[in-house]
Amino acid sequence: MALLDRTARGLFLVELVKGMALTFSYMFRPRATINYPYERGPTSPRFRGEHALRRYPNGEERCIACKLCEAICPALAITIEAEPREDGSRRTTRYDIDMTKCIYCGLCQEACPVDAIVEGPNLEFATETREELFYNKEKLLANGDRWEALIAANLAADAPYR
Amino acid sequence: MPKLTIDGIEVEVAPGTSVLQACEQLGIEVPRFCYHERLSVPANCRMCLVEVERSPKPVASCAMPAGEGMVVKTNTDTVHKARKGVMEFLLINHPLDCPICDQGGECDLQDQAVSYGYDRGRYEENKRAVKDKYMGPLIRTYMTRCIQCTRCIRFVDEIAGVPALGGLARGEHLEITPALEVGVNSEMSGNLVDVCPVGALTSKPYAFNARPWELRKTESIDVMDAVGSNIRVDARGGEVLRVLPRLHEDVNEEWISDKTRYAIDGLKRQRLDRPYVRGTDGKLKPATWAEAFAAIKTRLANVPGSKIAGIAGDLVDVESVVALKDLLTKLGSANLDCRQDGAQFDTSNRAGYIFNTGIAGIENADVVLLIGTNPRWEAPLVNARIRKTYLTGKLKKVAVVGQNFDLTYPTEFLGNSGSVLSALADGSHPFVETLKAAKNPLIILGAGALRRGDGLAVQAASRAIAENVGAVREDWNGFNVLHLAAGRVGALDAGFLPGPGGRDLAGILAGAQSGEIEAVYLLGADEIDGAKLGKAFVVYQGHHGDRGAHRADVILPGAAYTEKNATYVNTEGRVQHARFATFPLGEAREDWKILRALSTELGQALPYDTLAQLRQRLVQVNPVFATLDRLVPSVWGPFGQAGTIADAHFASPIENFYMTDPISRASQTMAQCTEAFLKPALPAAAAE
Repeated sequence: MALLDRTARGLFLVELVKGMALTFSYMFRPRATINYPYERGPTSPRFRGEHALRRYPNGEERCIACKLCEAICPALAITIEAEPREDGSRRTTRYDIDMTKCIYCGLCQEACPVDAIVEGPNLEFATETREELFYNKEKLLANGDRWEALIAANLAADAPYR
Repeated sequence: MPKLTIDGIEVEVAPGTSVLQACEQLGIEVPRFCYHERLSVPANCRMCLVEVERSPKPVASCAMPAGEGMVVKTNTDTVHKARKGVMEFLLINHPLDCPICDQGGECDLQDQAVSYGYDRGRYEENKRAVKDKYMGPLIRTYMTRCIQCTRCIRFVDEIAGVPALGGLARGEHLEITPALEVGVNSEMSGNLVDVCPVGALTSKPYAFNARPWELRKTESIDVMDAVGSNIRVDARGGEVLRVLPRLHEDVNEEWISDKTRYAIDGLKRQRLDRPYVRGTDGKLKPATWAEAFAAIKTRLANVPGSKIAGIAGDLVDVESVVALKDLLTKLGSANLDCRQDGAQFDTSNRAGYIFNTGIAGIENADVVLLIGTNPRWEAPLVNARIRKTYLTGKLKKVAVVGQNFDLTYPTEFLGNSGSVLSALADGSHPFVETLKAAKNPLIILGAGALRRGDGLAVQAASRAIAENVGAVREDWNGFNVLHLAAGRVGALDAGFLPGPGGRDLAGILAGAQSGEIEAVYLLGADEIDGAKLGKAFVVYQGHHGDRGAHRADVILPGAAYTEKNATYVNTEGRVQHARFATFPLGEAREDWKILRALSTELGQALPYDTLAQLRQRLVQVNPVFATLDRLVPSVWGPFGQAGTIADAHFASPIENFYMTDPISRASQTMAQCTEAFLKPALPAAAAE
C-alpha cells in the first residue's frame, strides 16, 4: 500500500506542484524587499549609527569634557583634550573619534551625562579614504547640527525606557 | 593602655588614641571627611559615626578617645543608617556636578557616596549657592561644592602657619573665606588642594587638564630644594601634568612646597632639545650630536688637562657628576667644583656639611638657632617641621642670626651681623646660656651664610657653638647645614671638588679671565655670570636654555629630573632615586649617557655602559650611595677653619622663593606667583 501511495505521488508530481504553489502564493503577498537608496526600512530610535556632538538650543555645545566616554570606550577610539575656555567653563579643545576603531557599542552615549555624544541615525558615511574616518570635533559638531531634529526625536522616543 | 573591642576583635591601644585610629590599626575602614591625621579634630562632618555599647546615640569615632572596655561596632544597621543619613545631608547642598569637577575620579565624597549614598535625592528645594573666592594663582575655588569640613582652615592655621582662611557664618551658611582676597600667601598652599576632600579647592594650573585615570604615575624625588621631597609624577603622553606628594614620614610627611608642585610647567618651556654649536659668526646654530662632539674634540685637542675645568650645577644627579669627574680626571684635570654659588666651607668631614639631625630629628629639639637662613623659603618643609615641633610645645625657643623673616612661629632676633655669631662662638653672648640649658639644642646653618668670603670661619664658629653648648653627643647631633640645591650634597659626597693642585670656583673663574683655563665644562651650572668666564671655551650640558646655555660655545641637551633614573642626596645625606617619568625632549639624552658618549669621542672611554655598572662605580666612589633612603650618622670631627668673621650682615641667598633654578625660572605659574605674592612685598623688603 505504501508502495502504491509513493508511486502515485511521484507520478502526479505532487511535491512539485506543492512547491510551485508556495512560490506562486508569494506573488500575492506584500513585498519584503525595498528599493534601498530610494526606500528605507524603519529604524529603531536606539539605532547606533554615525556619531554626533549635540548643542543646546541656544547654540552652546553640550560636551563638558568630563571624559567619561573616553574612559568607557572599549575600543579606545575617543581622544579628548580639555582646558578652561575664555569664560572659565570646562570645554574640550580636542574631541576625536577614530571611526575605524569604533565598534558602535553605544557605551559613549550611555556614559554621557549631558547627552552630548550620541550615535545618530545615519549609517551612510562610507568614505573613499581612511583618513576621512578620523573625525574631529568640528566634524562631529557639524554632524550634530545636521541630524539634530532626528536625534532629538529619537531621544524623546526612547526617553520613557531610560 | 586601654583595651577595647571593635567588631569582636580585642585591641590594645596607646592612651589618647581615638576610636577611629584604633579602627585603623585593625584595618577597619571608617569613612571620614573632616578628620585628617595631621590636623586637629573638629568632628564636624559626622561621617565617622560608629556604635558604642551603652551609648544612647552613635558617636563620632574621630573625637571619641578609646576607653577601657569599650565595645565598638562599625558594621551594624544602625551605623549604616546613621552614615547614610549624614551622607544625604552632605549631598543636600552639594551640586553633584562631578562631570565638570576636577576632583572627579579621586574625590572622597564621590567614593563614599558609592557606599553610603542613596541613588536619588529627596530634597526638592533650591540648593545653596556660594560665591567663589580668590585664593591666588595656584588654587581654583568652587565654593558651592564645599562640604564645610574646615580641613583647609585647619591646614593653613596649623601646618602652613598663615591664618589666611576662616569660616564666616554658621551651620548651612558657613562659608570658607580668605581673610583678604589676596590669595593664600604660603609656600605650602598647594597642599590645600590635596587636603580638600571634595572639588571645592582644585589646582588652577591643572584645571580641566586630565582625569586621574588617564595619568601614568611615577614615584620620584623632587629637586626644587635640598629637602628631597618624595613625589609622584603624573604624566600623560610626553607631558608631566602634575606633581603630588608621596608619604615619607622622615622627609616631607605628606606635604610638598608650591615650587615642587607647580614649577613643572617650566619643564615645557625654554628647553634644549638639540645640540648647538657656536659658529664663527658668534651665533649658536643647531647641530647634530656628532657635530657637537666633533667641535669639542677639535677644541680640546691640544689643551692640557690642567687648563680644563668642570663646574656642576644645582640640579645635577650623582651619576652625571661622577661620570664628569671620571672624565675630567682622565683628561688630567683637577679643577672641579660643585659649589657654583661660590660658597666656602670645609668638606673634609661629612658631618660638616649635612643636616646631621635629620628632618624628623627636629621634632626632638627644644631650642633652635638659625644662622643666616630663612627656612621658610629655603626649605619650606623643614620650616613646617620646626613649626610642628613648636606647636607641640616641645620647642621652647627659636633664635635667629641673620635677616629676620616671619617664619610662622615666634623667633628671638639676636642680630644680623657677623659679630653676633662671633659672640655666640666665644660664649660671650647671653643666648649661649639658653642653648646650654637646652636638652637637645639644634643649630641650623644656612647655605647662604657659607657664601660669604669668610664661609670657612662661619662654619668653624657654628661648630664651636655646637660643641660648646653640648649639641654634639653620642645620642644627639644638633649641627646642621641646610643646603639650597638638590644636587649639592650628592656632588660633595661624590667628591666633585678641587683635587690636589686643582682650582676651586674662584680659581677657575680667575683662570678663565687670565686665559690659564681654556675650557670649562658646565654641568647644569646656571648661576655663573657668563662674563666671568672670559674667553674660555664653554661646554654647557643641561636641560634649560638659561644663563649657562647663553654663554656656551657648545650646548649638549640633557634630561630634567623627571626624565631620568637618577640618584639624589638630600641635605640630610639621604640617598634617594628619582625615576624616569617621561622621555627627554627631542634629541636630549640622559646626562651620564652624554658624558659616556663624549668620553669615547675624546678617546678616554669611561668604564661603564649601563646604569647598573655606573651605580656600582658610585658605590666605589663613596659607599654612602649604597645606603638607599637611610641616614648614615657621620663621625664628628674637626672641620672648618677658625678665623675672623666679618661684621657684614647675613643676607638671604634667595630673593624670590618662586624662582630659584632654571626650571622654576621658566615656569609661567611661578611667574604668576611672583606677581601675586612677592611683587607687593618686594619694595618693602628692598627698603629693609
